[in-house]
Amino acid sequence: MSLDRTLATARRVLRQLSHDPRTIALMLVVPCVLLTLLKYVFDGNPRTFDSAGASLLGIFPLITMFLVTSIATLRERTSGTLERLLSMPLGKGDLLAGYALAFGAVAVVQAALATGLTVLVLGLNLTGSAWLLLLVALANAFLGTALGLFVSAFAASEFQAVQFMPAVLLPQILLCGLIVPRGSMQPVLSGLSDVLPMSYGVDGMVQVVHHTGVTGDFVRDLVVVAGSALLALALGAATLRRRTA
Amino acid sequence: MALELRPLTRDTGRAIIHHMMNYAGGAHPAPAVEAADLRVVRGGRTVLDDLSFTVPPGRITGLLGPSGCGKSTLMRAVTGSQARVTGTLTVLGHPAGHRALRPRVGYVTQAPSVYADLTARQNLAYYAAVLGLPRAERAGHVERTLHDVDLTSHADVLAGSLSGGQLGRVSLAVALLGTPELLVLDEPTVGLDPVLRRDLWQLFHRLVEEHGTTVLVSSHVMDEAERCHRLLLLREGRLLADDTPAALRERTGTATVEDAFLHLVDEAADRTDRTPHDGSPGAAPRPSTGSSRSAEPTRKSAS
Repeated sequence: MSLDRTLATARRVLRQLSHDPRTIALMLVVPCVLLTLLKYVFDGNPRTFDSAGASLLGIFPLITMFLVTSIATLRERTSGTLERLLSMPLGKGDLLAGYALAFGAVAVVQAALATGLTVLVLGLNLTGSAWLLLLVALANAFLGTALGLFVSAFAASEFQAVQFMPAVLLPQILLCGLIVPRGSMQPVLSGLSDVLPMSYGVDGMVQVVHHTGVTGDFVRDLVVVAGSALLALALGAATLRRRTA
Repeated sequence: MALELRPLTRDTGRAIIHHMMNYAGGAHPAPAVEAADLRVVRGGRTVLDDLSFTVPPGRITGLLGPSGCGKSTLMRAVTGSQARVTGTLTVLGHPAGHRALRPRVGYVTQAPSVYADLTARQNLAYYAAVLGLPRAERAGHVERTLHDVDLTSHADVLAGSLSGGQLGRVSLAVALLGTPELLVLDEPTVGLDPVLRRDLWQLFHRLVEEHGTTVLVSSHVMDEAERCHRLLLLREGRLLADDTPAALRERTGTATVEDAFLHLVDEAADRTDRTPHDGSPGAAPRPSTGSSRSAEPTRKSAS
């Protein structure tokens, strides 16, 4: 690992993004619009908006980063730039960390905008600190980046890569407690939701809505999300091969 | 031997060593690439079979053959990108793909491996950082390589907006960064106009003369073969010849490398036809596959 190469990679990824202002706008504006929409969907039931809004604040960065990373990494693989980079003195860790840094920076902006809007403008009732909300949102973004990187190894085209979003993320959205509380699910589904990382990403957000300070569950949630991300990142690194058939 | 009175940078040091290796003592310099019993299997098919050859240092070696003959696979094996390579393949004194080789070997794939959503200059700046060139020297390296491939005027255009030929030159410029000791170029002149092709070949020769760079360049355009110091002729994964262009022409009694190649193809076809079914001496030579469009008339003129 080299700090210089990691930073150069992060700078390069951000430069690529900067040539694509529409993608940046979509990444930043869409979550805000959807949260505003949600606020008025639950107009008559503000308590529901508190938990659903917080859950979505956790899910958005995950989805965005998953999509962006899986497409970006797939492009690296298919354009030959990955092969070239790996024939150069670049560590796989440099590449992964560079991507994580660049998209992490975008995630900070996205999460800050969405959280700020939801708490300050849309009036989400928060018992805990908005900073903790931001922290979980970042962990979720990190998880999205890692998962996106991992699945891109199994996609041969951008069509396939996009289809991995519903395949990998929708089941987690259904089972994470956003729609039905996880405790009241059928036991098999509830067990399944216990092993899916997004459940913890969403639970962490809801913890902040209902509790002041850092709870034990909050710490567990954060550790599970970060741990899952690291695991996916390690599996993703294993799919970056210097030698290919 | 003329030693330049420049401060001894990595490049000049290498050029001096190159001069010494080539002209002092008469001893044979160590080959830049040495292959023995090289074999590559891809998708259950043997793409390269039983190749043994050497690439001399500080020379331009052309790798020629019809498309699909295994040129790219051989180049990927040399750069260490190819899986399932058996036999011995030594590059600059290390096994191919060794980590010590990564900064020393420049590689241009057939498809331009650059970021379409960055400008040419931004592409080069990133790859310069990846190569680990000293921060203070990067901008200079980037400008020089842009100049070398004649892209200074298009340096700030997004690579995605460049023409195919320009994009290929950005990809080539990346490989030139840091003046690698071995340059592996997979069909770098495809789709370029004659003027540009001539300029690039002049650039390759300049690299050899000024830096002692070893160039391994593939092409299926046979007229480019005349510009190489040595040639490896490849057909269906096997080596047909390993010689200088002049010696090839002389040995086959032909006027051009293209004719020499066709002559060798027919010769090889005759051999394989005779060996399995002996007793059929009159067997017609198998029609050559691959780049056979011009095979018929040329064979007549060559024989």
